[in-house]
Amino acid sequence: MNPVVRTLLSRVGGYVGACLLVVFFALPLLWLVLTPFTPNPTYRASLSGVTLDNFRALVDNPQVWPSIRNSLVLAGGSALLVVALAALAAYALSRVRVPGRDQLLYALLLLSSIVTGTAAMVPLFLMLFQLGLIDRQVGVVLVLTGGLLPAAVFMLKDFVDSVPRSYEESARVFGAKPNQVLRHVVLPVIRPGMATVGVWALVQVWGNFLVPYVLLANPSKQPAAVVMYTFYDAGGQPDFALISTFALVYSVPVVLLYLVVNRRYGFAFQGGIKG
Amino acid sequence: MTRPSVVARLALCGLATSALLSGCVGAKEAGDAADPSANADAKDVTLVVSANDVKGGKNAAEAAWIEDEVIPAFVAQQKAKGVTAKVTFNGAGVEDEQYKTKLELNLRTGSGSDVFAADGIWLGELAAAGYVKPLDDVVGDAAKDWDGWDQISEAVQANLSFKDQRYGIPNGTDGRVLYVNKTLFAKAGLPADWQPTSWDEVLDAARALKKLDGVTPLQVNAGVPMGEATTAQGFLPLLAGTGAPLYDEAKGTWQGATPGVTDVLDFYRQVYGEGLGDPRMQQDKAGRDQSFAEFAQNKIGILAEGDYFWRSVICPSEEDCGATSMKNRDEVVGWAKIPAKQPGTGVGGQDFVSVSGGAGWMLSPKTKYPQQAWELMALMSSKEMQEKLSEAQIRVSARADVNAETLENDPLLSFISEQVLPITTYRPSDEAYNEVSLAIQQATADVVSGKSPQEAAATYAKSLTEAVGAEHVAGG
Amino acid sequence: MPSTSPAAERDVAGLGRARALGFVAPALVVIGVFLVFPAVWTLYLGLLDYSLTGAGAQAPTFVGLGNYTEALGDPAFTRSLGLTLVYVGGSAVLGQNVLGFALAWRLRGAGKVVRSGLTVLVLLAWILPGSVVAFLWQALLDRRGGTLNALLGTTDQAWVLDHPMWVIVVFNIWRGTAFSMLLYTAALSSVPRSHLEVARMSGASGWQQLRDVVLPTVRRHVLTNTLLITLWTFNDFSPYLLTGGGPNGASEILPVYVYREAIIGGHLGYGSAISLLLLLANLVIAVFYLRVLRGRTEAT
Repeated sequence: MNPVVRTLLSRVGGYVGACLLVVFFALPLLWLVLTPFTPNPTYRASLSGVTLDNFRALVDNPQVWPSIRNSLVLAGGSALLVVALAALAAYALSRVRVPGRDQLLYALLLLSSIVTGTAAMVPLFLMLFQLGLIDRQVGVVLVLTGGLLPAAVFMLKDFVDSVPRSYEESARVFGAKPNQVLRHVVLPVIRPGMATVGVWALVQVWGNFLVPYVLLANPSKQPAAVVMYTFYDAGGQPDFALISTFALVYSVPVVLLYLVVNRRYGFAFQGGIKG
Repeated sequence: MTRPSVVARLALCGLATSALLSGCVGAKEAGDAADPSANADAKDVTLVVSANDVKGGKNAAEAAWIEDEVIPAFVAQQKAKGVTAKVTFNGAGVEDEQYKTKLELNLRTGSGSDVFAADGIWLGELAAAGYVKPLDDVVGDAAKDWDGWDQISEAVQANLSFKDQRYGIPNGTDGRVLYVNKTLFAKAGLPADWQPTSWDEVLDAARALKKLDGVTPLQVNAGVPMGEATTAQGFLPLLAGTGAPLYDEAKGTWQGATPGVTDVLDFYRQVYGEGLGDPRMQQDKAGRDQSFAEFAQNKIGILAEGDYFWRSVICPSEEDCGATSMKNRDEVVGWAKIPAKQPGTGVGGQDFVSVSGGAGWMLSPKTKYPQQAWELMALMSSKEMQEKLSEAQIRVSARADVNAETLENDPLLSFISEQVLPITTYRPSDEAYNEVSLAIQQATADVVSGKSPQEAAATYAKSLTEAVGAEHVAGG
Repeated sequence: MPSTSPAAERDVAGLGRARALGFVAPALVVIGVFLVFPAVWTLYLGLLDYSLTGAGAQAPTFVGLGNYTEALGDPAFTRSLGLTLVYVGGSAVLGQNVLGFALAWRLRGAGKVVRSGLTVLVLLAWILPGSVVAFLWQALLDRRGGTLNALLGTTDQAWVLDHPMWVIVVFNIWRGTAFSMLLYTAALSSVPRSHLEVARMSGASGWQQLRDVVLPTVRRHVLTNTLLITLWTFNDFSPYLLTGGGPNGASEILPVYVYREAIIGGHLGYGSAISLLLLLANLVIAVFYLRVLRGRTEAT
């Protein structure tokens, strides 16, 4: 085939594919785009006029803003803790030979799937009660961090493993201390991995309903994901005006954080290794 | 691997810590026995109230009532006695299952609230687990001698009683009826003051409605996605119309594949097999909401629902009821009592039947201030407070004196209070009820999806036997 | 599990055992207390006739492997296991994995607008809370006024009832692709650019670059990603929001089955036992992945 035609075809194919993907991912979101602005929100995606009245309900609701703040505390705290602990552990596990470490890591990963299940809420609750951590945000952060750490270490270890050891060796030959090696050689390379794990941990905690709901007693400590479930009107029918507007507010911090992390630390970093 | 690795050693350390922890868990979990007179003379009292409602969300009116009416009134009442009371309200506003799970965890550790709201059908499970105790044991004479009991009928009291002992004060109750769309009835040539006296008359009316275009004649809750609504709004009122209750308290037996159960399932077959009802709506997770929406759009002829539907789903106010509100509700929507299978075949020889439920206030047996917690409950159930709640959100109170004054402007709720509550039945408060209800939901789902009533009844009897044991199953 | 290269046997970073221990210890302590302990406790509950309410809460009896034999003898469980395998295979192993990689690969070269636009869309699907997602998909698939029916001109097509498994598979691809995309984007960014340049200059097509340069480098990430999303999808409860496991159990994957048994039915002990069975299924699958990936590397 003529290379020009081939390039053209693959271009066109690429655009068609991209369009299809946009439709696929955007179509379910249509409701979220229209409903906040429609005068009589229902469970259907339709726009019968444009209004900003629905946002007034949001502003008037006493739970909205504190819950976003709580979400930031819980998700931010867990994400930082997960990234920090996982990066340290992943580095050590990657660089020091320990027999059976991969098996152990995978076993922990499997166990983490049990703790996220509903059946584990009883042991978790009883344990935190004994530790005096019920109704305390630090308890929620620790439980969530414990659940996320194995997967985080698992992911990060791949990134550390892909740093050629020759870098560290040559740095050491030039007299760099282990801490300097870590900061100037290893950290830049695993940064995209840390950013990914951080965003992932944040999203997991941001959307978690069950753990904070069960472990926090005081409603003023509950995060947005829990408050979201309470937006029903007097009769138990969903309050679409509040739900749709709150969903927008709820998504913004995560998208923003992603964009910031992406720009500063993350995925824009490409081809750092000129091998 | 010749020697234990660092990681393995660390893991061992972790396990040792864990073992230690589990030891102290076992020790501390033993609950202390309730002493009704504990802290009765305390000058500083701290209480926590919880309910599944929250300001700005689910059941906002009740949350506002607790925070703005009940708590200030209680604090003032205690202050008059020289007691400083501090009451916190922990509202939730989530699905009932989730509220219940958290409630149980709290009751288990004694860490939760002193006074809490609970549905009457949970009582059997909570009591069997030892999470709640009779009022006589926890509170003593003050609860026995409360003057409010005179205003609450025996049947409503029974909703929060277990094995003939009171565990809490009912807050309200409800009733089930058949709602009809009078516009569609007129089009189908049916009378506006329709009151069927047998199942056949209901089916006949549905057949007449079927001739109308784009109309679902009759919708009776069935299937698993509807959850408890299937049992309470569909199956049980029908079963009550065949003569015997689901659970025989005296014998301790549940109805298995009895003729009554098979008759009910056969009624479902006629409704959904003949196309009188829409079977797909009963299989869809959002089916109940769909049925609300379609009734509001004049597309359903007859719908079996509780009074909740009237006051909170199709109320005329768009602000309160949103997309399902019906501006002309009072002209278009009529109602009828649910008939027994034949006149006189209902429980107790009744012609008409219904099923009721309702929640109430209970207290934790581990409360530090049993007398003061009781005083708070009694205040919540006082005439004054109950009237305030009914004004904020119209409903059937547990108290007759409150209903006499608050319901007169609402024709349906007075109808329920005067005509339905005297003939109604309550669901058994036995701890196995939840599982039996699940088996019932599955049986109706089987019929809706095309299985024969006999087949569905046999499967139901099998699940029932697994849940309660063969010796507790009647008929076959 | 990623294979260990010989270089790892030496302590190249000069970390030393003591410092390495110090690095690992915090994570292990948190994991030990807040993960291993409750998980082991949960598994222990699986040996009891345990429930949160009723008599089973006050005095649970030891039933040994009773819960396990009951599960394996329950046709609802075996059907549920089969549905779960279809769900995991279709939506995670194939769907999210392939689409996530394709997005990561194609978006590398895409313009900034397309890249951030599509990324934010994919990301939104991932971060919105379950309750909102349920409404979004109800609006899309509703029988009467759903967007999909309006677009296709179909009337009264109840997608959720007629094609429940298709619905939840497509739903999970929509919901979860973001993670694979992020992971692969990060992984691809660690492929040395110079290698790609060499390949391009020697006339390799996009596909050849992918096969010869990229895939070998990110192979380990592919394994990790597949392991993780398999595990998560096995435990994913969100299809319940769309179908409720219905109609009549046609989309009742194992997490939904556990929810029905453990939370709605109250049999927590039974639910814990199923959790362990889920774990074992995952172990089998992980071993299978390792075999396949190892086999392939030996072949090349």
